Amino acid sequence: MTDHSTILPAGTPAPAFTLPSTPDQSVSLEDFRGKPVILAFYPADWSPVCGDQMALYNEILPEFHKHHATLLGISVDSAWCHSAFARTRKLHFPLLADFEPKGEVSRRYHSYRAHEGTSERALFVLDGEGIIRWSYCSPVGVNPGADGILEALEGLDAASSGTSATPSTGAAR
Amino acid sequence: MTTSLGTLRPPVTADDHVLGDANAPITLVEYGDYECPHCAHAHSLLPRVRKALGARLRYVFRNFPLTEIHPHALHAAEAAESVSGHAGEKAYWKMHDTIFDHQRDGEDALEDEHLVQYAQRAGAPPNDVASDLESERYEPRVKADFMSGVRSGVNGTPTFFINGQRFEGDWTNPSSFAAALEEAGR
Repeated sequence: MTDHSTILPAGTPAPAFTLPSTPDQSVSLEDFRGKPVILAFYPADWSPVCGDQMALYNEILPEFHKHHATLLGISVDSAWCHSAFARTRKLHFPLLADFEPKGEVSRRYHSYRAHEGTSERALFVLDGEGIIRWSYCSPVGVNPGADGILEALEGLDAASSGTSATPSTGAAR
Repeated sequence: MTTSLGTLRPPVTADDHVLGDANAPITLVEYGDYECPHCAHAHSLLPRVRKALGARLRYVFRNFPLTEIHPHALHAAEAAESVSGHAGEKAYWKMHDTIFDHQRDGEDALEDEHLVQYAQRAGAPPNDVASDLESERYEPRVKADFMSGVRSGVNGTPTFFINGQRFEGDWTNPSSFAAALEEAGR
């Protein structure tokens, strides 16, 4: 079992990966370089409650897009399982299959529950350089909501407007 | 960075729909969705909880429609807001109860046509409510509720806040729920 405090912390370069997003397509983390990425590891498709974590993020996608952020859901379910789940719940973002070798990417993010054989319920917000800027591991039964993600994205916006302002101020007449 | 996880923001304001005394020591805020079966279940239990706590409890309802899985939830929320706008808070709560009571009547229970009938029964002018639904007049209000929920850490429906803190316990048992509320009021 992963200790909740051991998921990769802020400041760590995000480990690269390529995972299937559909039975015949895959997604690489490096495809999103230059823009923020939200990685949402979660234990399993088909959780039985209304408004589960992925359904909630689906509703909030327009807010994530305001920050130019891409959301990627990741679990150990297969691409076929993900596509049935996404279709049923009308999800408008990719679900990646950490299926073979099972849980390998989750392990790289220290977000794998070996006893259960599933990912943790772990969130990571990466900046455009691929550095983890915020991470949070929720107790597996508790949907962490989205407020932490939005705060982290706002922090990135503030930081990037700060850094872009500095050189332009420096170069100003 | 996220010490505020699970804290209600903004706190209860004059724009909220409130049942009970403004000075009550215990405030229960629910974020709910009119098409969510769990919210209908909670709605059926709340009278017992409110009765157990009496004047010590005030109850507030905010909208959290999950529109991708519940296609009628947004208009149901807008219709309730419209009833409030045209006929006041007493009518709002009647509308609120009526929508939940009829939620499972059938697939079309929450179609606009029926929402307008419920509004009329609650005492609001049906044509005004129908035109508000058409023009999406109350969508900004509903979306503002939704975003306040997101910022407060709402993670599904229903989500409850007791005196501003997200309630992580079991609300499905009215006596233990009432006990948790009592505890918060101490």
